[in-house]
Amino acid sequence: MTARNYLTEDNSLRSWFFTTDHKRVAVLYAASITLFFFIGGAAATIIRLELATPQADLVTSDVYNRLFTIHGVIMVWFFLIPSIPATLGNFVVPLMIGARDLAFPRLNLTSWYLFVLGGGVTLYAVFAGGIDTGWTFYAPFSTMYSNSHVVLAVTGVFIAGFSSILTGLNFIVTIHRLRAPGLTWYRLPLFLWSLYSTSVILVLATPVLAMTLLLVALDRFAGIGIFDPARGGDPLLFQHLFWFYSHPAVYIMILPGMGVVSELISVYSRKAVFGYKFVAWSAVAIAVVGFFVWGHHMFVSGQSPFAGLVFSFMSFIVAVPSAIKVFNWTATMHKGFIRFDAPMLYALAFIGLFTIGGLTGLFLACLAYDVYVTDTYFVVAHFHYIMVGGMVTAYFGGLHYWWPKITGRMYPEYWARAAAILIFFGFNMTFFPQFILGILGMPRRYHVYPPEFQVWHVMSSAGASILAVAYLLPLFYLGWSMFFGKRAPSNPWQATGLEWQTPSPPPSHNFATTPVVKRNPYDYSLEGEARPQNA
Amino acid sequence: MQTWIPLWLPGETAHASAVDLLFAGLLASSVLVLVLLFFLMGRFAVHYRAGNAGADRDHRTKKSWHWEVSWTAATLLAFLGLFVWGAQLYMRLQDAPADALPVYVVAKQWMWKVQHLGGQREINELHVPLGSAVRLIMSSQDVIHSFFIPAFRIKHDVVPGTTETLWFKPRKAGVYHLFCAEYCGTDHSRMTGRIVVMEQTDFEQWLAHQDVSGTMAEEGGRLFRQFGCGGCHGAGAAVRAPQLDGLYGKAVPLSDGSIRIADERYIRDSILKPRARIAAGYQALMPSYEGKIGEGELVQIVAYIKSLAGDARPPR
Repeated sequence: MTARNYLTEDNSLRSWFFTTDHKRVAVLYAASITLFFFIGGAAATIIRLELATPQADLVTSDVYNRLFTIHGVIMVWFFLIPSIPATLGNFVVPLMIGARDLAFPRLNLTSWYLFVLGGGVTLYAVFAGGIDTGWTFYAPFSTMYSNSHVVLAVTGVFIAGFSSILTGLNFIVTIHRLRAPGLTWYRLPLFLWSLYSTSVILVLATPVLAMTLLLVALDRFAGIGIFDPARGGDPLLFQHLFWFYSHPAVYIMILPGMGVVSELISVYSRKAVFGYKFVAWSAVAIAVVGFFVWGHHMFVSGQSPFAGLVFSFMSFIVAVPSAIKVFNWTATMHKGFIRFDAPMLYALAFIGLFTIGGLTGLFLACLAYDVYVTDTYFVVAHFHYIMVGGMVTAYFGGLHYWWPKITGRMYPEYWARAAAILIFFGFNMTFFPQFILGILGMPRRYHVYPPEFQVWHVMSSAGASILAVAYLLPLFYLGWSMFFGKRAPSNPWQATGLEWQTPSPPPSHNFATTPVVKRNPYDYSLEGEARPQNA
Repeated sequence: MQTWIPLWLPGETAHASAVDLLFAGLLASSVLVLVLLFFLMGRFAVHYRAGNAGADRDHRTKKSWHWEVSWTAATLLAFLGLFVWGAQLYMRLQDAPADALPVYVVAKQWMWKVQHLGGQREINELHVPLGSAVRLIMSSQDVIHSFFIPAFRIKHDVVPGTTETLWFKPRKAGVYHLFCAEYCGTDHSRMTGRIVVMEQTDFEQWLAHQDVSGTMAEEGGRLFRQFGCGGCHGAGAAVRAPQLDGLYGKAVPLSDGSIRIADERYIRDSILKPRARIAAGYQALMPSYEGKIGEGELVQIVAYIKSLAGDARPPR
């Protein structure tokens, strides 16, 4: 290695913790969310162990309730929401648009500090005794009945929310203002359309979460009674406010994954994404329509049945753009030169798992069927297919794809493929039985359960142990490759994006000269030869 | 009937069968889409793998919008069909049959308390007769719970501060699971019980063998007098308050010009939050009984007031 890059620029700890380089902030984020992923995963492991038998034998009910709450809170706010945007997004957004950095580099570092502070407060709540409300904090349980550290936990999430808002804001401004000459909107890689749509949700929805959590805290501290029926409050108001954020948040947790998969399918099929504009605008459509479906979490809550009709209808509508994406990805493979590197395996797994998750979402959007399976394991299986089968798979796909750019080293291909395949099988074995449990009527958040459900729980727990090993594998071989992996060329995948037209790892200032964009993204010849965007 | 690997839970009401048919429809369309998608992905992955240099890659599809419009339209149409199917079933679930048997349910951490009109009480059990529709009038005295009977494919949240209803008409005698489906704290997973569906004659016998201190209406009537309600609402009372005879199920004009049907929720709200809705032509004089009447007593008073309307039909 001769040229200096962003990693070797300055090795002091101080240079890392006071960095304003988006690439280093991305690495800081990656390290912190990895930690949270394994904390959330540890909670899941204990849950699956406990559920192997119908009786309570490993932990008490109070502990069990704390475990699934911790698992949900950590995975949603401290892994899934920041996962792709704050790590891969942070790293590649400026590189993809030919900029030196994000529009507000200091704000970017602030985001990370807020995230760490929020995570620290939440972890303190966990170790001080935990929270037992479920990640949804439903009132009046959370406001009047829970004897756990609700205020601390909502404070942690509240703080982390601001890191989301700032990251979203940063991306929006960056994509508007810092695109290289010639990089028009329709020349943007689809990952950026996804992140842009995600950022709009982050900026518009997260403040509503902040207000809701503030009201929960005020209700507990000052007894304002806003969710207490005895004082004229309304428990359903909490659900409306919470899901007004949290349903769009589901799209925060999947749109970036869809963006990554658009990149991967194209590069490993050596073909432009089929229907670029449809895929691009479908991300925007999901972000917009996603704001009008929150009531589908409340079909049996006592909300007006007519509101139920509207929300059911809108939920079917929001599924259309997702279907469009799936069809276009498949069509992209048609007549391509398909390679099966590990990132492509993840992308293919994503399409399959996301489609199952999406189709079962239709079951839940369908009013009369939702009445039956809502709050059962069917819902648990459904959202794990989207969040884990979808987003986590896409995150791993993207991580492997950009790994050479981030670290300057190649990952070991065969280990990576083995891990991808193991994750796929472990995942399905864990979560497919949960669909059947839901169809049999097993409610979620149950510590003990009737014995007839046991066989499916045992299968699910067995799958979870495979999944746990599969998720640990990348930690080891990627860790190994950081130091011993083969040196990566600047464009190991022969991709077209600007991020591949600078050395791996990139220098601190990203590009020696600002690139001038002359082509659409994903411009491959009929023989699959890449034509870089700036060539 | 418990098999080692359970795959299916039989539905035991007409509604459950309709939901199962809807499930079959959803499943069939999903499987169709999945098979098509996986077939195409598999076929493309094998045929167009980079190693297969001989594959025909000429004449790639150019006019993508033909495809886009077709598959978007097809998806939308299929979705609309499923939406309508699920929605009309859901709307049918909103109105209980006119002759449904009312049963009162009070949820609390962590038990279901049931009282029949005849005054019979049960905990974590609900005995009902075969062949007649049952309408549950449910309230919670603490957090949100959810009354869930998987074999009947129904559930409804029981929200504190209001009255929710749920109805079903079992068609097979037997014992079915009752679950709390909304997370409610420590013993949420133990807030379970049994729905016992009995032949009509067995049910009558069962009712007759329970210890009762009076029908719900009688108990409610006692409470009505104990709380002094008759001082204003009784005939010839000094204070002019709305008469309650025949109130249940009637349309009540309110002082703000709107009209409300006097259902269980209205009667309950009028006791706990009397100032929220004032009957037209009356003064806002009544004090709130919030916190003074327990949830179990409240349903008895509501049952008493309902009984003043004679053979009351559930409000439509």
